[in-house]
Amino acid sequence: MTTDADTHAPVLDVRHLSVRYNEVHALDDVSVTLAVGRICGLIGVNGSGKSTLFKALMGLLVPREGSVELFGTTTAQARKRGLVAYMPQAEEVDWTFPVSVSDVVAMGLYGRLGPARRLGSSDRAAVGDALERVGLTALRKRQIGQLSGGQRKRVFIARSIAQDARLLLLDEPFAGVDQASERTMTELLKALRDEGRSVLVSTHDLAGVPALCDEAVLLHRRVLASGEPSQVLTHGNLARAFGAAPADAAAAGTAASTSDGGF
Amino acid sequence: MDVLTFLLEPLQYGFLTRALAVTVAAAVVAAVLSCWLILMGWSLMGDAVSHAVLPGVALAYILGIPFSIGAFVFGAGAVALIGVVRSTTKLKADTVIGVVFTALFASGLAIVSATPSQIDLMHILFGNVLGVSAGDVWQVLVLGAVTLAVLLFKRRDLTLLAFDRTHAHVIGLNIRLLSALLLGLLALTVVVGLQAVGIILVVAMLITPGATAFLLSRSFDRMLVIAVVLTVAASVAGIYASYYLDISTGAAVVLCQALVFAAVYLFARPDGMLWRARRRTGPRSGSRARAAA
Repeated sequence: MTTDADTHAPVLDVRHLSVRYNEVHALDDVSVTLAVGRICGLIGVNGSGKSTLFKALMGLLVPREGSVELFGTTTAQARKRGLVAYMPQAEEVDWTFPVSVSDVVAMGLYGRLGPARRLGSSDRAAVGDALERVGLTALRKRQIGQLSGGQRKRVFIARSIAQDARLLLLDEPFAGVDQASERTMTELLKALRDEGRSVLVSTHDLAGVPALCDEAVLLHRRVLASGEPSQVLTHGNLARAFGAAPADAAAAGTAASTSDGGF
Repeated sequence: MDVLTFLLEPLQYGFLTRALAVTVAAAVVAAVLSCWLILMGWSLMGDAVSHAVLPGVALAYILGIPFSIGAFVFGAGAVALIGVVRSTTKLKADTVIGVVFTALFASGLAIVSATPSQIDLMHILFGNVLGVSAGDVWQVLVLGAVTLAVLLFKRRDLTLLAFDRTHAHVIGLNIRLLSALLLGLLALTVVVGLQAVGIILVVAMLITPGATAFLLSRSFDRMLVIAVVLTVAASVAGIYASYYLDISTGAAVVLCQALVFAAVYLFARPDGMLWRARRRTGPRSGSRARAAA
């Protein structure tokens, strides 16, 4: 599968990363690492820098200070090898778009298909297997907007399975998802972890973290705490992350949201 | 007059068969492109590129080179200029587009007005499809075929770009290159469509077919097919309407496309406005099976 990747290097190695939008610090001296086969919760309020960190991991912004390595190599190399998958927040997806569930899952394969992205029989089998694993086989021909919140999330997990990605970046996976679906997704993600994949989950919802995550990072532009979820999610830490200086947090939020889109 | 005579009579005239060929070819290419354009949210970009080619067309006439070269250079140039200004200022895309295309359109008007004897402005702005030569027909057919072939070959990448550009980037595709490809093809499509309906109305061909098909489609391939079928029907109907009612050909074609859109908007099941109104007021109101739990 990914024997070419350096197995000793951490999946994700962020060192002393600082990002500024104009004069506002979005990230300040952030260091995070993640080992193979681990699920890490990235916890913080809106504007705490979670999205900025994701952008840095995906190579959507180039850090001026600090470094970002994935699988012991550059983010660009990791992307070329198809090692990274991203699940967008629900609001970022155009749910009226005329694509079916299996169309979206097939998009996970495009990186290793020919220039016309035509699917061969083995590729179609990979799409079928991925749909089977997330339990969406019966709904594969539905237009994506016709699914429930939890099903929509599972489409994107299936896409990363079809891609055979080794690092999954999930942006607010539990927003708009009922509890039963949340349990299903938690089991699914743990099964993927047990195959040696690593998962980074960005969330401001603490409820799902202890059940899902092997470790947690509490972010408020700086790393406030990291390690075992039980040690990270203490009252003192949470007060600092969620109660601290709401005016500052709002300012960072506006800055972070102006950076993408367009042509 | 029987139906056969009705259909065949206009085709005795060479200029009308040429007009039909040019209009249908241009409409098909534009309809295919429009499916991506409206999903990308780039309709205004289509408007911009079509207006921005005016100075190119005018200069081409003056220099005696094929108008399509001048048009393409300025169409692509406008796209590049918009991209540069957009990425080097904090202005929003629609603002930059508005500034750039009006500036280019105005400079085209200035060039035309400075050399009045050589150029018929009305023909450029509103098309002169009844006056196209056999050579023009070939130019449109060849350019149209090339544009269509590239669009269809890269259709999965373009759909991915429109649906989820972050994913496209994360799996290692070059989204700048893909965006540039789509914009280049947009410029080519505008060049192809100019002869048929002119600068002002070509934008209708770039938007309306995709918009109509979108209302009727849940899969992208189906959207492409519907857009093409409806646009061919509207183009042919427009040419005949223009012949029998003696109205401007470009206007007739665009009006037929708008009528198709209106019909779909009102009558298509299940989302057309009339059906919605009936569900709201009818006895069994409202309970359409939507998302499964």
